[in-house]
Amino acid sequence: MSDPVSALNGASFNGFATIREIGPLGMITLRAKGVKALDKAVKSVTGTKLAAPRRIEINGDRACGWMSPDEYLLVVPYAEVTAALASLAKALAGEHYLAVDVSDARAIFRVEGDKAADVLRKLAPVDFEALEPGELRRTRAAQVAAAMWAEGGGFTVVCFRSVAGYVMGLLTHSAQRGSEL
Amino acid sequence: MSTRLAKGGRLINRTAPVEFTFNGKRLKGFQGDTLAAGLLANDQMLVGRSFKYHRPRGIVASGPEEPNALVNLGSGARLEPNQRTTTTELFDGLESTSQNHWPSLEFDVGVVNNYAARFMPAGFYYKTFIHPRPAWKHLFEPIIRRAAGLGKAPTEGDADRYEQAYAFCDVLVVGAGVAGLKAAKAAADAGKRVILLEQTPVLGGRAPVDDTEVDGKPVDAWIAAVEADLMSRDNVTIRTRTCGFGVYDHGYVLADERVADHTPGDGRPKHRLWRIRTAKIITATGAIERPLSFAGNDIPGVMLAAAVRDYVVNFAVSPGDRTVVVTNNDSAYQTALALKAAGLDVPAILDARETADGPLPQAARAAGIRVLTGKAIAKVKGGKRVSGVAICAQAGEGSVQEEIACEAVAMSGGWSPVVHLWSHCGGKLTWDETLSAFIPDPSRPPLNHDGSAMVEVVGSANGDLTLTGQPVTIPPVWVMPQGAPIQLRSKMWLDYQNDVKVSDVQLASREGYVSVEHTKRYTTLGMATDQGKLSNINGLAVLADSLGQEIPQVGTTTFRPPYTPVTIGALAGESRGEIFQPLRRTPMHEQHEAAGAYFEPVGLWRRPYCFPRAGETHEQAVHREVLNTRQNLGLLDASTLGKIIVKGPDAGRFLDMLYTGVMSTLPIGKCRYGLMCNEQGFLSDDGVVARIDEDTWLCHTTSGGADRIHAWMEDWLQCEWWDWKVYTANVTEQYAQVAVVGPNARKLLQVLGGMDVSKEALPFMQWADGTLAGFPVRVYRISFSGELSYEIAIPASHGAAFWEACTQAGMALGAMPYGTECLHIMRAEKGFIMIGDETDGTVIPQDLGLDWAISKKKTDYLGKRGQERSYLASPDRWKLVGFDTLDGSVVPDGAYIIAEGENGNGQRNVQGRVTSTYHSPTLKRGIAMGLLKHGPSRMGEIVEFNTAAGGTVKARVRDTMFFDKDGEKQNV
Repeated sequence: MSDPVSALNGASFNGFATIREIGPLGMITLRAKGVKALDKAVKSVTGTKLAAPRRIEINGDRACGWMSPDEYLLVVPYAEVTAALASLAKALAGEHYLAVDVSDARAIFRVEGDKAADVLRKLAPVDFEALEPGELRRTRAAQVAAAMWAEGGGFTVVCFRSVAGYVMGLLTHSAQRGSEL
Repeated sequence: MSTRLAKGGRLINRTAPVEFTFNGKRLKGFQGDTLAAGLLANDQMLVGRSFKYHRPRGIVASGPEEPNALVNLGSGARLEPNQRTTTTELFDGLESTSQNHWPSLEFDVGVVNNYAARFMPAGFYYKTFIHPRPAWKHLFEPIIRRAAGLGKAPTEGDADRYEQAYAFCDVLVVGAGVAGLKAAKAAADAGKRVILLEQTPVLGGRAPVDDTEVDGKPVDAWIAAVEADLMSRDNVTIRTRTCGFGVYDHGYVLADERVADHTPGDGRPKHRLWRIRTAKIITATGAIERPLSFAGNDIPGVMLAAAVRDYVVNFAVSPGDRTVVVTNNDSAYQTALALKAAGLDVPAILDARETADGPLPQAARAAGIRVLTGKAIAKVKGGKRVSGVAICAQAGEGSVQEEIACEAVAMSGGWSPVVHLWSHCGGKLTWDETLSAFIPDPSRPPLNHDGSAMVEVVGSANGDLTLTGQPVTIPPVWVMPQGAPIQLRSKMWLDYQNDVKVSDVQLASREGYVSVEHTKRYTTLGMATDQGKLSNINGLAVLADSLGQEIPQVGTTTFRPPYTPVTIGALAGESRGEIFQPLRRTPMHEQHEAAGAYFEPVGLWRRPYCFPRAGETHEQAVHREVLNTRQNLGLLDASTLGKIIVKGPDAGRFLDMLYTGVMSTLPIGKCRYGLMCNEQGFLSDDGVVARIDEDTWLCHTTSGGADRIHAWMEDWLQCEWWDWKVYTANVTEQYAQVAVVGPNARKLLQVLGGMDVSKEALPFMQWADGTLAGFPVRVYRISFSGELSYEIAIPASHGAAFWEACTQAGMALGAMPYGTECLHIMRAEKGFIMIGDETDGTVIPQDLGLDWAISKKKTDYLGKRGQERSYLASPDRWKLVGFDTLDGSVVPDGAYIIAEGENGNGQRNVQGRVTSTYHSPTLKRGIAMGLLKHGPSRMGEIVEFNTAAGGTVKARVRDTMFFDKDGEKQNV
């Protein structure tokens, strides 16, 4: 079997901010609500607590993000998704929940640099000055759905894999030198 | 002539000269000039022709209200029509040409309209060109468009780029004059997050021209101090060259930043559209001076009084050696004083009022200026430029008392507060008798979600016309002289850009127009690109007078965004070229491109339509793909197919409601075809459902239906059956999917190796997990072609590699990729329906003979009740059948099956229509499916399809299964 290939195979662009497509990244959509074992199950996979509304709990290369009142995004190393799903299945056995691998359904970008927020200000109706550390926004990048959060001196942007080229185009257009806000 | 003064000019930098052109003429200006200032400095008083009569027109104003001085700016890929010279910053190399003249600005054949003006009154076009009807489209409109029309539309794509940006604040201040600066400072002092927008490059507004001091400080020092203060604060953002042009609900404001208009080609975005969400909006948008309506008020050299002093003070431009000032208020006296101070002559100030004794008139008299009260202009003399004015009594009918030679006329008919932004979201106005102007009514503001005022208005936009707070009185003077006869009134321009005169509005009133909105459309008053900034109040005052009503009774037309024209590029933002819209690509997209695929849009996806080889037409390619798949092996990228996981204790029950058939009983490991209907009973989507485990199903949807069906599922689960224990997840993009189709399909999978795909191990309509060539796969044995077929789902990140593996291994087996058209033909040959072909939102499954897929046992499913309604249950509905054309030809797409007689509209009656029609390469003739009244009971009958060319195609009614009726090919 070949190595997994991310949507843009690690494309990058250097403008007034740096754009990098990263990944593949392990991602699990976990849907559950009011399940007692949920905190423990998530902790077993990400080592974090369950994210509160609009928050993402980050633990190194793992994270738990709140997506909706009954949906979480779990981030783990790509190679550990199968084990993570098994771990969830064990912890949530007998409960009503849904956990699926969506690692390959997504594309992930890093937007980095002092003015990284300026790139995203052009694409998403997000008040970046009010964005708190650890706050996860489910929003849009121009015409497509996107999720984003601040992390490690930049931002992580997640979109659907099929529109990775479109989002790269948006980020490149927005990061052109001389167009700082 | 207009010229540059030797001294002064607070905005120009005399050490930075720039060169520019107007109609090819090389002209000189300075950095800091507007194009209008540059043109006037070079005595270019004639800058355009009017829209209807092609009258010579000059610069009237100094801001965004300018109606006349619009030019084509730039050339080639940077040509922009209708650019306002008064708001265009001059830069070195600027190219401009005048508009709306033919053949030249100096000599224009259209000016004949001028002499025919009495034959082109209000509503002329409506009255004249209505008969004969077809003549409008083919004769009148093209000629009128040639003679009229404003700028030239560019023929090349725009060389520049544009972008948009979002911003958030507590207080948004629009306009950085003194009032705006004060408002911004107050909000900043209160700790608010403030954004201050200013449409020009500099802060301060009119104050440096009109005033000497603010709060006891010299104006310039005050502005500089406040600017420095605001710039130093973290909670304040100032954006110059940015016009807040629209206010929308919930504190949403759009603003257009002219980032690089003055530095074209420097790589920065030309414009940036700001989308600002704010808790509070303060508009400090100032006021616009009104023209006076006297005969010849459109001759080049007649300008607004405030504009004249702007040109003198800001740009050191003289409108002419001698300027006559005409006014109904004190502010115009400032112009006379400014002209005097610059060493220019003011032969007279004509004041329509009987007395003028305020401080400014007194200062004017003290400066030795002749002030004539109770006077008016009877007529401006001159053609392409002013040569003098004839004076009369304002109270009279225009008998000339005296003539004064002059090069310019500075007029002031009072001030109209800029209430546009206040009004965009429903802020109401009140008529101020003292100012003769509409001002915001604070008791009826535009409202926020909580009922509070969304907009606050400060400064002269609120009717506070002086910084000192000194009361201002502006008497109504709507026509000059007040008893002007028709000969004069038909030379008094209200709307310069659309050529609407006082007499036109009066005629409209006589013809029965009583509503200001109707009068506007009938006369075109205020409908040009300046949106009546100068003309609206004067026009409605004339209308009110003609109707014998008060101005507030007549009311204003509706103020709508944008306040000033916004270039389409800014509205489009980044949405151009490659990123015009999202283009969805499968993991194998690049491989298809490399293989020369011809793509077609499927939703936002691009799917290969076919893979033409050198020298092949698309049709030939499609036929080759069909035959090869039927005879050897075809590979289809089916990744776009919708894939939705449905899981939970109630998932079976849920799917039984969603599908017309039963899914709850589907055994684990098996697949079943299902139909989904909407509540009305109409067929909405279809696809194969696989049972994954005890409480998990995977639903395949159509490519275009994945997001819609997922939302449909969530809608029912969240809003209707919220207590059912079901979760869904749209995993469409998690998997690449490859259909391996044809007699050699199994062989290919065996070559790849890794799992048993034999007939026994993996029978038709079952699925299995395993590996193929080391890739983790889920193999569905399903067929949309009638061939032996496997659909293989594989994680998207391996999609390209797996496709490559199939292609390589398939070479020896005759594998070829095929596209969507081949897929369509093969499914039609088998009589399989296609959502969107056989369905169009008015078709129920029963119409398509799909009763077998509808459970008779279930008590309910979505659409069941709808399908029981008499019309949908009628035996007379058009039903799906197949057709063989008698001559083997292909029935035209969209053809109807004709019936006897005609309907009430004289149209041929019809009894059915084609839904799918192809040339079948397999059968080597045309095949078609279609809906026919009583179709299934009419087998063997001959019917006729109409064609666009006239005539008909005869076809025999038959069943829909054209090929391999017994399914021998897929059951191997």
